Amino acid sequence: MQKLGEFKLPHFFNYPPYFTLQPVRATREKQVQLWKDLILDYCRTQKIFVVGVDEEFPLFSNPAIERSLSHEAREAFLSALVSEGRAEWMDKGHKNCLILWYRIQDWADIVVQFARDNGLEDGVVTIEELRSGTESQGTELHGIDRTILNRALKLLEQKGKLVIFKGTSADDEGVKFSL
Amino acid sequence: MAGHCLPAVELTGSGRPVLLPNEIECYLLSSVDLLSEDDPSNSFPHLKSGILILTTHRLLWLLDSTTATGSSAFAIPLGAISYVFTPKKSLKSMFASPRIRFQLSLSSDGRVSASGSISRSVVVTIVIRGKGDSDVFLSKFLESWRSRAWELQSEPSSSSGSGSNTSSSGMFSSDGTLRMVGVSGILRKEQESWENTDRSLQEAFQDLNALMSKAKEMVILAEKMRLKLLASSNSQTNETNDEEMGSKEEMQDWLLSVGIISPVTKESAGALYHQQLSRQLADFVKIPLERVGGMINLIDIYCLFNRARGTELISPDDLLQACMLWEKFDVPVLLRKFDSGVMVIQNKSHSDEEVFVKIRMLVLKPDALRAGISASDAARTLGVAPAMAKEHLLTAESKGLLCRDISPDGFRFYINLFPDINQDDMYLVKDNGNYASWVRASHARG
Repeated sequence: MQKLGEFKLPHFFNYPPYFTLQPVRATREKQVQLWKDLILDYCRTQKIFVVGVDEEFPLFSNPAIERSLSHEAREAFLSALVSEGRAEWMDKGHKNCLILWYRIQDWADIVVQFARDNGLEDGVVTIEELRSGTESQGTELHGIDRTILNRALKLLEQKGKLVIFKGTSADDEGVKFSL
Repeated sequence: MAGHCLPAVELTGSGRPVLLPNEIECYLLSSVDLLSEDDPSNSFPHLKSGILILTTHRLLWLLDSTTATGSSAFAIPLGAISYVFTPKKSLKSMFASPRIRFQLSLSSDGRVSASGSISRSVVVTIVIRGKGDSDVFLSKFLESWRSRAWELQSEPSSSSGSGSNTSSSGMFSSDGTLRMVGVSGILRKEQESWENTDRSLQEAFQDLNALMSKAKEMVILAEKMRLKLLASSNSQTNETNDEEMGSKEEMQDWLLSVGIISPVTKESAGALYHQQLSRQLADFVKIPLERVGGMINLIDIYCLFNRARGTELISPDDLLQACMLWEKFDVPVLLRKFDSGVMVIQNKSHSDEEVFVKIRMLVLKPDALRAGISASDAARTLGVAPAMAKEHLLTAESKGLLCRDISPDGFRFYINLFPDINQDDMYLVKDNGNYASWVRASHARG
């Protein structure tokens, strides 16, 4: 079976019609479903948060069968993820897509769990520390996309579980938990 | 209808009368009654509201109905008409339906007879209730009746055998010309026949009118040439090279497609034009349809049909209208429009299922599983033109049998595996089914 780095590709990745947007409705629905699942699976295991429509993305082409997705097809599959709430367009031109293999609510739960695990119920931590500090090493939060993290923290702030405060620069933005 | 004196007319599958050799339709009228007012034995039927077709040989009366049964068409040979009455112009006739009366000879057994024992006659009235022009009809009727085309009928066949009067012997044949024997005789005869052919060709091309009058001879000539070609290609297969054979076959094809003897025209059919054209077309397409496997492009039929009609060309619009009318008649063919807009004529019995079975067999072959099929692959298997094959493939795709692959290599079709792929476990391949055979085939590549 073909592999993409560590990622095991399904058989149908070598099926040429998989790379052509199918015009018949029933066929297309199934094709879109398979693409959505594959993109989410791949991004989760490879910790990819942003997919650029026109940039190199390993899934969007298959050199083994010399097929790659057209711009239209890429946008169609990503839009299908967006409409399901599993992705968000980062700009109006639909150039970059934020992939939410965990929803924002799930990310917020992970942040709360992280704070509890590290005794930070009333503590203070910078946002950069959450993403790349020693405590976050080996957790899901490690290397999280800044946009997604901010969104999760904002959600928690609305619920009164923490307060975001601004530092002198973007780097020292921090949060004070009050769980 | 006991004691029926009129012979029935055979109808084609689409409800057009089968014409005699060399018989040509001259005029058509709708909503016509035929009746006899002074027939004591009531042997003449009262025929109500049908289509009357005037040909060079007969008057044909057809029941004007789409559910016509076999026994609803009758013929009156023009030869049996002994007199045509000129209608009197009167004030009354201005308002009533036009009537034309003629005298019809009957034999002693009460049947219509053109010759021989005429025992009595009846006066038959044609009542024209429809819109047709009765004056034009009458003049054409008289013209056909007086030109006695049915008597010329047997002449061409006897003239084709001229010069072979086997009953006479000696140096002179019965018609007084010098009779040649031996090789020189054969050569002479050959020479004469060439000269004749040459002359009729020259005369034919002098002007269009001459061509029209020569048309019948040309058809006979064409048939003769075809037979000759056929005979010589059979006997000399070893000597002729391929190129010659090719051109001969082509020639045969051309000669074969000479010939709708009596094309339906606007002039002759008037208001009934499209309806009659439609029926004639339905009869015509039968043979080309058989040859190409039950489905043919509308454009191809347009070319074939007009070639067969010779000088009486029809417009593409007329063809389309004629095809559209098929829905209303009981004909064995139908017009079909593909999603792409391509229009074809197909047999009603032609089923997509049969085509799909063939496509499925083709696309499940290991090579096709791996690399898909193109329209030309399908064309070879189905025995149709690539453009037509593509329509079949697109139809199969819309039914979910195939799916497409567009790449720099072109537009190809694969068996649709999407339904076979497990949505919950994308790595799962069921042991049986198309997905498994595809996996095997694609692995065989290496």
